[in-house]
Amino acid sequence: MKPAPFAYHRPTTLAEALETLAGESYAKVLAGGQSLVPLLSMRIAAPQALVDINALPGLDTIEVSEAGVRVGALVRHADLLADPDVRRVQPLVPAALAHVAHPTIRNRGTTVGSIVHADAAAEMPVVLSLLGGSVEAASSTGTRTIPADELFLGPLESALRPDEIATSAFFPALPAGAGVAFEEISRRQGDYALAGVAVVVHGDSVRAGFVSVSDVPTVVDLTGVPDDGLGEAALAHLDPADDIHATADYRAQLVRTLVRRVVTKAREAAA
Amino acid sequence: MTTKLMGQKVQRTEDQRFLRGQGRYVDDVHADPSTLHAAVLRSPHAHARIVDIDMSDVLDVEGVHLVWTHEDLGSLSPELAEPLPLLIPHPDLTQGRTQYALAREEVNYVGEAVAFVVAEDRYIAEDALDRIKVTWEVLPAVVGIEASRAAEHLVHEDVPDNVGARSEQNTGDVEAALARAPHRLQLELDIERSACTPLEGRGTVARWDADTNRLQVWTSTQTSTGVRAAIAVKLGLDLGQVDVITPDVGGGFGVKVMHPWPEELLVPAAARLLGRTVKFTEDRREHFISSAHERGQVQHIDVGFDDEGRIVGLDVMFWHDHGAYTPYGLIVPIITSTQLLGPYKPEVYRVVFESIYTNTVIVTPYRGAGRPQGCFAMERTMDKIAAYLGKDRTEVRAANFIQPDEFPFDQGLIFQDGRELEYDSGDYPASLEKLKKLIGWEEFPALREELAAQGRTVGIGLACYVEGTGVGPYEGAHVHIETSGKVKVATGLTTQGQGHATVFAQLVADELGVRFEDVEVVTGDTRRMPYAVGTFASRAAVMSGSAIHLAAKRAKEKALRIASDALEVDEADLEIVEGVVRVKGSPESRLDLGTIAVLSNPLRYAFDEASKAATQFAVGDPGKPPVAEDDEPGLEGKDFYSPQRATFASGMHAAIVETDPDTAEVTILKYAVVHDCGHLINPMIVEGQIHGGVAQGIGGALYERMAYDPSGQLLNASFMDFLMPYVTEIPDGIDIDHLETPSPLNPLGIKGAGEAGVIPVSAVVAAAIEDAEGFPITAMPISPSDLHTLRQEHTS
Amino acid sequence: MSEELHRIRLSVNGVTREAEVPARRLLSDALRHDLGLTGTHVGCEHGVCGACTVLVDGRPVRACLMFAVSAVDTEITTVEGLTREDGSLGPVQQAFAECHGLQCGFCTPGFLTTVTACLRENPDPSHEEAREMVAGNLCRCTGYQNIVKAVERAAEIARAEETPSEARPEEVSR
Repeated sequence: MKPAPFAYHRPTTLAEALETLAGESYAKVLAGGQSLVPLLSMRIAAPQALVDINALPGLDTIEVSEAGVRVGALVRHADLLADPDVRRVQPLVPAALAHVAHPTIRNRGTTVGSIVHADAAAEMPVVLSLLGGSVEAASSTGTRTIPADELFLGPLESALRPDEIATSAFFPALPAGAGVAFEEISRRQGDYALAGVAVVVHGDSVRAGFVSVSDVPTVVDLTGVPDDGLGEAALAHLDPADDIHATADYRAQLVRTLVRRVVTKAREAAA
Repeated sequence: MTTKLMGQKVQRTEDQRFLRGQGRYVDDVHADPSTLHAAVLRSPHAHARIVDIDMSDVLDVEGVHLVWTHEDLGSLSPELAEPLPLLIPHPDLTQGRTQYALAREEVNYVGEAVAFVVAEDRYIAEDALDRIKVTWEVLPAVVGIEASRAAEHLVHEDVPDNVGARSEQNTGDVEAALARAPHRLQLELDIERSACTPLEGRGTVARWDADTNRLQVWTSTQTSTGVRAAIAVKLGLDLGQVDVITPDVGGGFGVKVMHPWPEELLVPAAARLLGRTVKFTEDRREHFISSAHERGQVQHIDVGFDDEGRIVGLDVMFWHDHGAYTPYGLIVPIITSTQLLGPYKPEVYRVVFESIYTNTVIVTPYRGAGRPQGCFAMERTMDKIAAYLGKDRTEVRAANFIQPDEFPFDQGLIFQDGRELEYDSGDYPASLEKLKKLIGWEEFPALREELAAQGRTVGIGLACYVEGTGVGPYEGAHVHIETSGKVKVATGLTTQGQGHATVFAQLVADELGVRFEDVEVVTGDTRRMPYAVGTFASRAAVMSGSAIHLAAKRAKEKALRIASDALEVDEADLEIVEGVVRVKGSPESRLDLGTIAVLSNPLRYAFDEASKAATQFAVGDPGKPPVAEDDEPGLEGKDFYSPQRATFASGMHAAIVETDPDTAEVTILKYAVVHDCGHLINPMIVEGQIHGGVAQGIGGALYERMAYDPSGQLLNASFMDFLMPYVTEIPDGIDIDHLETPSPLNPLGIKGAGEAGVIPVSAVVAAAIEDAEGFPITAMPISPSDLHTLRQEHTS
Repeated sequence: MSEELHRIRLSVNGVTREAEVPARRLLSDALRHDLGLTGTHVGCEHGVCGACTVLVDGRPVRACLMFAVSAVDTEITTVEGLTREDGSLGPVQQAFAECHGLQCGFCTPGFLTTVTACLRENPDPSHEEAREMVAGNLCRCTGYQNIVKAVERAAEIARAEETPSEARPEEVSR
């Protein structure tokens, strides 16, 4: 389990990084590496080059405003989780981050990296979707903002182009009077969830995001659905699958259980 | 006065190294850039014929030193091209098969070794593997017990019905017994595969010394003497040319008693050919697909019993999945079939098993070695009898116990060592009483009611086991007292975390009367003790512990004899305290052991102050030979311990579990253990062994299994998907109580403790879930998803 | 074609060390094979087991999930760096010995580094927090019972060292 050889670049400016990336035919961006390095070591991925962005200045900042939280590409999950201002402005972010792997992984892994990895079994992509956030992408030809609902194209597939670097993600603030909650069930604590649910309740509006029960991060509007119908209403938009850890039917059962629990918790938080 | 260390919670000496990062595990040996690294090309198919192997692209890779396939082996040594040894032959194993060090024409499991590369480092070696092109003719794979029994396809063309062995033992006419029993029940049970998965995988380092024409091998093994003999035979070397040193071993749990692994032969062969140090360090994926698994069995039980639940006839048939080859013989199913009886005495017992082939990784002992499955069969049967009769589960068990006055108790079967299954001692009723108290058996109904009122569902379960520990044939020990007074002890079996350096030093300090700090123990180094068997079957304390005790006694006898001459007093009047021999009652008349060591070795040459005293003009009676005819120089003791049969430890576990009505998650609220391994040498270490065993058992009951797909691909060959428990999955607190029924078979009255913790856990957890849910649990492990499925089946 | 080597400087346990490594060399391998610091163990190479955990700028990180070339400009602490300058054991190491928190010792370095960092952040953990501190490390031998005890004991030792008058080493038979 050792990676295949690759060319290594450690640029010190964003411009240099983007230029390098544009010049490589198959390159990967290395930030935290907590998902990428295992794939390299198992030789599931074998890019010709890695562009290590850890030496780029200015990407490790968390900017909190009344509008929301902007997270730089080098912000580690652990720092975002520990930030009291983030917790105040958008409590769903820390609520979900607490379920991302184990603390040691969170010390190195980056939230932006996790988002653009676009894994429907991961917590942060669906949180971004549910909150209607966005990702800022830079390339040698300019920058653009990709809204979450245009970001996730398929399993492990994001709208980020090979020559682009996601420089930050933006999580909109929680409106006054709204409430959020997150819960997931995994086989072992810290494992990928068998199913997970994030909920935002605001007035009559009830919206939920789902982890591990669809191919892409999926958000379902549950506004107006009676409590005993929440599970079925959600499942109509989801596609839980069988794998070695659980049957699709069991995952559906978890969706039913979790969505009720989490909606209730979010309502309590809103109150 | 020195206090006895036997029975004390002595802190471990080996920890000083481990805690500083100074342990020496096999991958730490020769960890320098001059060492070459090996990698193995493994079959991607569960069953396939090798049509062609094209290695033309490989040798171009810079840094590659060698590439071998089976074709290359014969020229290295004719024996190396032959199949690997069948280590433990048995007359019932009529269709035993073993693999080649590198596959010859056919592969029979995903992970089987096909080609071997040595390169500058492991990275380059893996690059080289990527360039080997094999043309395969893929054959149908046989995966799982059902497919193997159906025998629509064969694993080995020449093995009919995929049956490697069929074996039967009985203690009488079981059909007659069943016919006369007032009640009869049947059970169908299923246990899935799991594996030891020590944190350190396998690994081997070899160095050929051309100057002395000798091979030095470090390997992460549970049997250094076994590996040594195998290397000598397979590489065509004299035994005396091969040294095998077991460094610190990062966990074994059985998988490392299997030997020789292909790499244990290929690495030394490469080191010899290249004249360079060569290292193989198995990676985690390799460990899953090429190191041994265990546990997979399907069982059918037919039991007849009376109104009290006493078993009149017990008829067991089971199918044991031994994987693609049978290098370890029938040890695991034999243990299941014999140890299944536990603490009970059915009037008549018959057991038949078939050990069958599948296109999966080989099966060799994993902690418990077939006992967890046997315990599962017996204890599920007990629970079913109790349910049928409407009796308390502990009552039915008590009705079947062998009583304390019935020892030694002969079960009328032949055990794994080829000897009678005769229990030496035990007190099962006393254990059960302790367990009931510890878990709160009588109070449980009230607890259940109280929690039910809160909408919570709980259940309680228990299971009992007897474990044959300390099987032969023998172990030996050598105790050497140096002229410094320090005591160097060697025993041949190996250590993989059990604290042998501590417990064996406790025994030596006690017997010899020396300070614990002055005793140093070496294990698993064939240079120090070439005669040994290995560490398995909870045998180290019983076998090497006894041998070390005896060897220390020999050394003590010699020390007292020399001191009695020197001090001119009767031996009976001498004692040894803190390394000093002194006359009882007049402690000023004394000689320290270092001085006695000097006196024991008449010298021609002096090299320090102490040795001056032993030179030829200083000591000795000129009228006698310096070393008497029946004596030898040096203050040493050596002895071997070889008991007639195994000693039988026992225990009982109980658990209270909670099941979530919505998510079917299972939480263990309380876990209790009563354990009887005779006298304890170091209770701290014994409890540590129990903790670890129980945790492994919980892994096996609720989390771990090998998920093969029908084509024989292992779908969870990583720690991401093979769910070894973290602390968060293990109960916070395991309550332990000890009973100490000494064994009459060895001088210390001890029994083995290593495997016990794991044996009954699946049976206990299944019983508790069954009690909570109200429907039978017949297959383990059980995940929340499985439990959910069962709920659906039982409500529809 | 031979692989490009990168000359790197790594600051490990307060000492700056140089090595020449290919870009793909994992930090765990560089520490072990290039710098000879074999106390850091490799148990899975996919970040799950935690045996290779080292401190990077004081925080526990999986050394198998970092490349050595990416670890420049950081301060690394390995298990070897937990022993005091006089050779005596630090509080976490002492506690693991006292509580029998290790058996084969292979996973131990990862536990020691992790617990050291966690206790710096939270010197007085509750029982539940003590369990959480070790919740990302696998051990196959101990069943974790004594590891959790060792975390609590380590906190006690460290606190006692802060206020020497309260020092009360647990009774030890040898």
